[in-house]
Parts: sequence; C-alpha cells; structure tokens
Amino acid sequence: MNEELKKTLLNPIFKGNPITVLVLGICSSLAVTVQLKGACVMALSVIIVCGLSSLVVSLLRNSIPNRVRIIVQLVVVALMVILVDQVLKAYAYAVDKQLSVYIGLIITNCIVMGRIEAFALGNKPIPSMLDGLANGAGYGLILIIVAFFRELLGSGTLFGLRVLPASYVPNNLVILPPMALIILGCIVWVQRSIQKDLQEK
Amino acid sequence: MEYISLFVKSIFVDNMIFAYFLGMCSYLAVSKNVKTANGLGIAVIFVLLCTLPLNYLLNKFVLQPGALSWLGERFADVDLSFLSFILFIAVIAAFVQIVEMVVEKFLPALYSSLGIFLPLIAVNCAILGGSLFMQQREFLNCGEAAVYALGSGIGWWLAIVALAAIREKLAYSKVPAPLKGLGITFMVVGLMGMAFMTFMGISL
Repeated sequence: MNEELKKTLLNPIFKGNPITVLVLGICSSLAVTVQLKGACVMALSVIIVCGLSSLVVSLLRNSIPNRVRIIVQLVVVALMVILVDQVLKAYAYAVDKQLSVYIGLIITNCIVMGRIEAFALGNKPIPSMLDGLANGAGYGLILIIVAFFRELLGSGTLFGLRVLPASYVPNNLVILPPMALIILGCIVWVQRSIQKDLQEK
Repeated sequence: MEYISLFVKSIFVDNMIFAYFLGMCSYLAVSKNVKTANGLGIAVIFVLLCTLPLNYLLNKFVLQPGALSWLGERFADVDLSFLSFILFIAVIAAFVQIVEMVVEKFLPALYSSLGIFLPLIAVNCAILGGSLFMQQREFLNCGEAAVYALGSGIGWWLAIVALAAIREKLAYSKVPAPLKGLGITFMVVGLMGMAFMTFMGISL
C-alpha cells in the first residue's frame, strides 16, 4: 500500500468529503435518512455502484469516444443501479419499498458521475475502483450521521430498537424533511470549525 | 378540477426540493444570483414538461407488466419494468442533447442564456425523479403526467429563484465564519422547507 493509494482512500472520508466539501450528491441522499436502516442500505448501495461503475468506466476509458462519453457513463451507472435494485428487490423487499425511487436516483447522483469524470477517465482500474469506493464511503458516513440523529431524536430508537426511555416524547419535527438540511448544516459547521482552511470568505 | 388540485399539490405540497430533495446539487450550485437561477429553473420546467409525458408513454406501452400486449398475444405477459431506469435516463439524455442542438441552431439568444445549463439538466435528479414518481403513482393519462410535470417544474423554479434572492441578501449579513457559504445555505433551505410545510394537507 503506497502513499498515493492511501491518500485516494482516506481523503474522501473527511478532508475532501463529497457531501460537505464538494457538495455533490445531496439530491437523493437526505430523503432516506429518517431511519438508520434505510440510510445504511442506501450508503451500501452507493458504495457498490460508485466503486463498480468507476472500475468499469476505467476499463473502458481508452475506447470511449469523448463526444458520447456522458451517455456511455450513464449507461454503465444505470446498469449497476439496476443490478443493485434487483438484488434488493430479491433479498430485502421491505427496505427496497421504503427507499422507493431513491435507489433509482443513484443514477443521477452527482458523486458517481463526478468521480467518473474527475478520476476514472484518467486513471488505472484499481485506483479508480478504490476512489469510487472511498467516495461512496464518505457519502455513506454523512448519511449515517444524519440518520442517527434523526432516528434517535425523532423516534427515540436506533435500527428500530428503543434506546431512549419510553418517557421521551418523540420530536416529530426531526422526522420532517427540512430538519435533514438543518442537521447537515450543523455537520458542515462542525467540520469547518475544525478544518479552518475550508471556510469561505 | 383534479388537474388543478394535482397542479397546486405538485407545486407546493410535493415540492421537488423541499419534500423530496430532488435536484439539490444544481440547486445549491447555481443559486448564487437570481438571473442564472431563473434560467436554470425555466430550463428544468421545459425539460420536465417534455420528458415526463414521453416517459409516461414509454412506461405505458413498453415497460409495464403486460404493456406489450399491443404486439400480439404472445407478448401479453412480458414484464420489462426492470429496464425502466436505463430507458428513462436514455430518453432524458437523448432529449437534452437534441434540445441543445436545436436551440443552438435556431435560437442563439436563448442558447447563450440557457446553453450552459442544458447539459447539466441531463443529470439533474429532479428530471429522473419526476419520471420515477410518475411510474410509481400510476397516472391515468398523459394529461395528468404533463400537469404533474409542469407543477413540479414550477415548484423547482420557485424554490431556486427564492433561494437565490435570499442568498443575494445574505451576502450583506454577518454569518459565523465556519457557517459561511454552504452551511448557512443548508439552514436557509431547511427554514424555507418549514415554511412550505404550511401547505401540507391542502386539497382543492
């Protein structure tokens, strides 16, 4: 494991996190953060799709004509998403129903396309796959943090198991969509207080 | 009457941004000033309005279980719905490409104001999301799909123009340094979403 590979793997988790630093892929992410379980499945799906499609595009990179590359990339990503969706439908039907259209929306998730454009088109297959996996993981991390707070405060449970005492009155506001954004804002706040060089002027 | 109800609902109650977080990336990236936000918003309305009915027909006559029965008895129990992601995104990408070329050729003025946004729209989640919601909700006819598309497009446009206006004003206020830019924008969108929640439960 050399230095460069290590950097490829670790950078997207915190320092160059796709959501809080690059602002990519927020689209489909927040709606699945009401419960930790859904968020974990979503995070896993994105990691798989991101890693595999980076790998495939990187393998094809010398034979894709530049003009039609967007369509080729979309087809590759869509193929991976269909695979993930079919697997979920077969083995975790309830979760698939709960995630509804958001699994399909991984296709247009900017992280996947962004990493393909920025990394996989110009690098060898293995580093590209690692880059895809790491970016998916950085994305999943934020999803899981948001989901943790939303499920804990909104229903007093984690993974469906009661954690807070029964006397805790669930805060219904946290379950509603706007609070996901506000929690995300707080995460950005915390990260930028630690990493001062990210602050905007 | 149902059309009006669907229209109002898709603008305010089921707002693409505030209720489903669709199209967030370009929403945050292109909302720094009102003029460009307006351009992108209009482009989104237009593309949604064209691709959604198209995808509706595709869904009805190709993808649904049993949709191919117009080809003859043998095809009556073919279910192609697993292909819907790839076909929807292909329609959207192809359509965006065609629109871009047509606009560039015949309406250069519009192209120079919309041009840069058009390629962005192919990967805007709001467009694909619209089609996937359409498939999930099983609209009765093409008209309903078009009304839904128009409504959600207008809802998206409204949201991005409003956010751009707020961000223009925000430039003059004192925001704590770590929150500046991205952080405060998330919070503003959250607060706007809460305001939009007052429309919940509206029915005409």
